[in-house]
Amino acid sequence: MTPEWIFGLAGVLAAAAPLLIAVIGETFSERAGVVNLSVNGAMLLAAMAGFAVAVRTGSLELGFLAGAVLGALMALVVAFASLTLRQSQVAVGLVLALLGRDLAYFLGNPFMGVPGPRVGALPIPVLKDLPVLGPLLFQQSPVVYISLITVALAWVWIFRTRPGLVLRGVGERPPAAFVRGVPVTRVRYGYAILGGALVGFAGAAYTLDLKGGWQGPISGIDGIGWIVLAITIFGGWHPVRGAFGALLFALLQWLSLVLQPSLPGIPSQVLNVAPFPLMIFALLLTNLGNTEWVQTALSRLPESSRRLALRVLRSLQVSPPAALGTVFEEE
Amino acid sequence: MKEVLLPRARPSRWVEFGFQGLSILMALLFTTLVLLMAGAPPLEAYRQVLEGAFGSLKRATDILVAWVPLMLVTSGLLLTFTAGLWNIGVEGQIVLGAIAATGLMRALQETSLPPPLILALAMTAGMVGGAAWASLAGLLKIYGGVHEIFGGLGLNFVATTMILWLIFGPWKRPGIGSMSGTEPFPERLWLPTFPGLRLSPWALLLALLSVALVYVLLRNTYFGLRLKAIGKNIRAAHRLGVPTARYLLLALLGCGAMAGLAGAIQVAAVYHRLIPPISSGYGYLGLLVAMLANYRVSWSVPVAFFFAALNIGSIQLPITLKLDSTLSGVMQGALVLFVLLMQGARARWRSKSVAEQGDDA
Repeated sequence: MTPEWIFGLAGVLAAAAPLLIAVIGETFSERAGVVNLSVNGAMLLAAMAGFAVAVRTGSLELGFLAGAVLGALMALVVAFASLTLRQSQVAVGLVLALLGRDLAYFLGNPFMGVPGPRVGALPIPVLKDLPVLGPLLFQQSPVVYISLITVALAWVWIFRTRPGLVLRGVGERPPAAFVRGVPVTRVRYGYAILGGALVGFAGAAYTLDLKGGWQGPISGIDGIGWIVLAITIFGGWHPVRGAFGALLFALLQWLSLVLQPSLPGIPSQVLNVAPFPLMIFALLLTNLGNTEWVQTALSRLPESSRRLALRVLRSLQVSPPAALGTVFEEE
Repeated sequence: MKEVLLPRARPSRWVEFGFQGLSILMALLFTTLVLLMAGAPPLEAYRQVLEGAFGSLKRATDILVAWVPLMLVTSGLLLTFTAGLWNIGVEGQIVLGAIAATGLMRALQETSLPPPLILALAMTAGMVGGAAWASLAGLLKIYGGVHEIFGGLGLNFVATTMILWLIFGPWKRPGIGSMSGTEPFPERLWLPTFPGLRLSPWALLLALLSVALVYVLLRNTYFGLRLKAIGKNIRAAHRLGVPTARYLLLALLGCGAMAGLAGAIQVAAVYHRLIPPISSGYGYLGLLVAMLANYRVSWSVPVAFFFAALNIGSIQLPITLKLDSTLSGVMQGALVLFVLLMQGARARWRSKSVAEQGDDA
């Protein structure tokens, strides 16, 4: 018999899957230097549109495709506005985050609560019967497999291939990359759009797989996009560390659900919102080592404990791609 | 010498107007497409929005009812924008203002204190509540290195939850708590309105005062000058001896106080109780207003009025056309987006035409 907690952990993997995909998407975009702040609006819009398309056509694949296309389009707008028209990435991203949300609620109104197709589990022959690992990993929905493969591919791509080297160069030292013949702006467009497509796919996964359907403002998708952006930072723009962040996040959310009955003093709303203070706390941990007062405080500590504190802080600390959010003039 | 003699390439006024007009046209086109996708008759929808906003004197004054909190929030945001801060947490600052005002009014409503005093205290409590919430985002940024966008957003979700918890927990109505909010306050604790209307002259006055205050602060004071210096280049300002941390915090406190005041007004003058959507999204909308007004105090006044009109005009859409009232949000977002895009296009066009003139000479 499979113990209960394994199913719980399998649920954590399922809940983390869209997060993983979206975090990888944003990681690609930011690695190239483009901050796409529209993620929250893009995911909501893709979630709604993916579901609407799937309902109308009866095809889940077309639903996911619609979500990915919309996400890519929104990323294209951010890239065009910032890379070509030199407008603030933050401003355009923010406007799109708000516009995407309102569009989703406006256009999604007729699809609220409508029954629609949903991705089912796809157990993998032989592997599914393995003890522990079978129910944990190999009786999942295809979205989970895709998410894990995406993380692995992203790591290989960024750190083990030539194009990955170019990508890192474009985000870290665009002039150097340009001198070596890299079309910096075009590469940035490419990764921003790829990232947007992944974010859109992840959005569609919420309505087509995880939550099963569109419920308008109570779908519980609003806010996830911001979490994705925070995890991208927490993950230090590293796909594996980002994936770890997403899994940790889903795990903590599951724990809060499981622990809820045994913590009667804490109202359920408080636990529902726990992700957000958690997000702030995670960002605090990653940035604390960079702040002035921590550094002065550390310098006053005795040698032995200072070294330990430094090591802890440094392992948490991240630094963004050097050219993040900037525009490169190709002259 | 030669450069002095050359006529400066000045963009003509007509070109500027042309670009502005074009962006409005594109936003309108976009919204029309969205309406067509929703299967709604666009012209009829626009007519309904206009009718909903200006159809009667009462509705026209309702625009001012919405303008008051929006303008308060936008005024505050102009302070933080000037300092170069993206104070997205403004939404939560409205909520905390509303919570603080409600808490104070609940505590004092049974006492024999004169109602005007209670209301004045409630407004003050709102300002303190909003400023305190803003200071959290500020401290996280200054001492924790957490970007104000993420700190603010996280705090927004916490604030919304706090309202739900209060309404279903400690402040629930006798019997059972519900989404309809807390027990309404007795009528003597309502901020007085014009007879027969929902508009309160006091609220209007407070909004006008805060616009004026921000206008003077940014234009005529040393404080405003330093804030601008920080917004332009925080490192240079720091090196020149501006206490940047203190000024960032002050800008956030000012914005939080104005947003909190907006929340208090929504409680005391509009809803007369605490409801879950007490902020009505005015925080996020204020960000759009400030962007569309190009961060200028004077332009933000009519822009806020226009956005308030769209909001009021869309309220009846669900009844008349079975459309979601978020149409106003779509229009507002599209407008800001296309204005931003056109600003970029205009700047490119200008630099290109200047370059060509340079070639001729």
